[in-house]
Amino acid sequence: MSFYGLVDGSEKSLIQYLDQLSGVDQVGAEARAAMLATRSIKTTSKKWAIETAISMVDLTTLEGADTPGKVRALCSKAVRPDPTDPTVPSVGAVCVYNDMVEIARTHLDAIGGEHVPVAAVSTAFPSGRASMEVKIQDTQDAINAGAGEIDMVIDRGAFLAGKYGLVFDEIVKIREVCGDKAHLKVIFETGELVTYDNVRKASFLAMLAGADFIKTSTGKVAPAATPPVVLVMLEAVRDFYAITQRRIGVKPAGGIRTTKDAIKQLVLVNETAGPEWLTPNLFRIGASALLNDLLMQRMKMSDGYYASPNYVTID
Amino acid sequence: MTFEYAPAPESRSIVSIKPKYGHFINGSFVAGKKHFPTINPATEEILSHIALGGTSDVDKAVMAAQKAYTKTWSKLSGKERGKYLYRIARILQERAREFAVLETLDNGKPIRETRDIDIPLVAAHFFYHAGWADKLDYAGLGHNPKAYGVAGQIIPWNFPLLMLAWKVAPALATGNTVVLKPAETTSLTALLFAEVCQQAELPDGVVNIVTGDGSTGSAIVNHPGIHKIAFTGSTEVGKKIARAIASTDKKATLELGGKGANIVFDDAPVDETVEGIVNGIFFNQGHVCCAGSRLIVQESIAEEIIEKLKVRMAKIRVGDPLDKNTDLGAINSKEQLIKIKELSAIGDAEGAERWSPQCDLSNKGFWFAPTIFTGVTQAHRIAQEEIFGPVLSVLTFRTPQEAMDKANNTPFGLSAGIWSEKGSRIFWASQHLKAGVIWANTFNKFDPASPFGGYKESGWGREGGKHGLAAYLKNGKETGAK
Repeated sequence: MSFYGLVDGSEKSLIQYLDQLSGVDQVGAEARAAMLATRSIKTTSKKWAIETAISMVDLTTLEGADTPGKVRALCSKAVRPDPTDPTVPSVGAVCVYNDMVEIARTHLDAIGGEHVPVAAVSTAFPSGRASMEVKIQDTQDAINAGAGEIDMVIDRGAFLAGKYGLVFDEIVKIREVCGDKAHLKVIFETGELVTYDNVRKASFLAMLAGADFIKTSTGKVAPAATPPVVLVMLEAVRDFYAITQRRIGVKPAGGIRTTKDAIKQLVLVNETAGPEWLTPNLFRIGASALLNDLLMQRMKMSDGYYASPNYVTID
Repeated sequence: MTFEYAPAPESRSIVSIKPKYGHFINGSFVAGKKHFPTINPATEEILSHIALGGTSDVDKAVMAAQKAYTKTWSKLSGKERGKYLYRIARILQERAREFAVLETLDNGKPIRETRDIDIPLVAAHFFYHAGWADKLDYAGLGHNPKAYGVAGQIIPWNFPLLMLAWKVAPALATGNTVVLKPAETTSLTALLFAEVCQQAELPDGVVNIVTGDGSTGSAIVNHPGIHKIAFTGSTEVGKKIARAIASTDKKATLELGGKGANIVFDDAPVDETVEGIVNGIFFNQGHVCCAGSRLIVQESIAEEIIEKLKVRMAKIRVGDPLDKNTDLGAINSKEQLIKIKELSAIGDAEGAERWSPQCDLSNKGFWFAPTIFTGVTQAHRIAQEEIFGPVLSVLTFRTPQEAMDKANNTPFGLSAGIWSEKGSRIFWASQHLKAGVIWANTFNKFDPASPFGGYKESGWGREGGKHGLAAYLKNGKETGAK
């Protein structure tokens, strides 16, 4: 098999490819991210950024305590984030555990949210510690239940042990299960990979294996979507595009709670991968609390003052 | 719609600029006789009128400094001097926004840099030297080192307040008093600093500021009451100063020009290297004596680096220096802009290939787009002469030794950068480079604890750190200085 004509799928070819990637200097990457965080986004550009960020939110609930009622409420919020203002766009997707996919899909369809996809976390999320058979079945279940997007986790243990072939094969197999029914997002759990060199390697490994999106974190481990991690991933998708002419999406998830954080992410996208990536097709933000802060800031921009949080629905 | 950043201008209401300024002598402002205008280089708006100091003004300032030295400053303990420096540092921090806006207005550099780099470093220099004031006996400079007396200090326009801090903080910490002349085009923050000296109740005459042009500077250099000269500026003027003091017992430190080599090996971290190249040459519009103005890149990765550099350069935001999102501001003066244009034209004429991203430059003010020249060799003038603007010359090398030879093949020796993920190569290269400052996998980083200065025609002596203290003390063991 050929993967973009760059590797043949063998571990040897993979190691060769990953070894020739440029390293990432930690100090430099962090300095660049910190500099971009000083960008001052005001007035019209702020309004545009807030609305764009809303359309990019993967509205997420991943709790042991999730119930059908909770998931349905989340879906309603996803379709119409601000019930008083129909001009507010729907979010990018609803992200739930595997067993909630059907409930979410059915409810979204029932309330006019056919355009909002359901993303399912998969492959023994969040740890990824299960057999391949279980991971495949997990993914198949989600797709059968109507998931349009699969957020799989990589086997970080295998990655850290240098078994890149194993990680690669898992992604390839899950990619096959997804077929043309579901988009595949590959979660690295960057807080466990730790170094930016690893993040860059994992990014290329996942893209070569067929990921549609690369995603920072599960939300269960800190640190998660820090600006320098996202910077390094955006550089990777930019470089991958230069080689293959294919644009891979990026999804930071975990720790992005405020409008300010979200706008910083959009600035990173704009000045690293480029404006072509500023679309929900290529950039998503995995979050739950963020949406309400975006809505409050949006109201503030049109009304000129901060309303009480009670003017924004809790779910 | 795309993500266009709306204007985000910093308010200038925090500064109040007087229509006319005098000199700051013996603790108060005294009227000047003749004045010249100082402008905002981004708009050519006249900001104020600055006094042109003559021999008599310098005379008065030196007398005030001598008196302050004998009567008060030399009698204070180091601990007491340190208290004044701490106080100045704290006031500078409290008034940081005001200084940042004023510096940007007067100099043309972006507010992001004055706010995040210049002014924080200024305060850091005063804090650092405040800490040394009562510890000079333990600095390894001999027992009970003595101040010279009056230090004459002449500073440039590229980092107006920061260069003042580099000069004034160590001079005061070591017990000297000061007569300082800011650059002709950028006197305003020095004059605001004079207000800070008043606010800190620094004894009268310890810091004196005489504004003016080259003739004022010459009067300071030649004044018999001055025992120590500290100059930052061009190599040309530095040589004149060296000649002028050759037959005197004046001591001098000179921070002069440079043609810094930024050396990129094939194992460099590419994205951070590209950032470092941009920071090396486009920081402060390239008005940096230690700028990485020569990119010396291994031939095997030159194409990739140049391609990525161009993509990155297209994202540099050139424009209103007061806009918080501006990366590259205005050229400081018409004279400097002419010089940059002339040297760039020579680059064209010598057959180097010029490239700049598309930039909308304002008709008013002085602007120059970020520019690179590729296909440059050692035989090009743009590889030898300091342009002091946002212009990068790109050369290539094949072997590490060739990189060293090219880097050192210049009359200057101020700064160099090494980009490699291989530690042993970095150490090897740093031993072979004849440059006063060498950065590895970064560029244009400054810290008051780190000595700064040049080899060869880049200057004499060091500023900052323990070395910098030595330059202001009689039995200080300083290397390289007269």
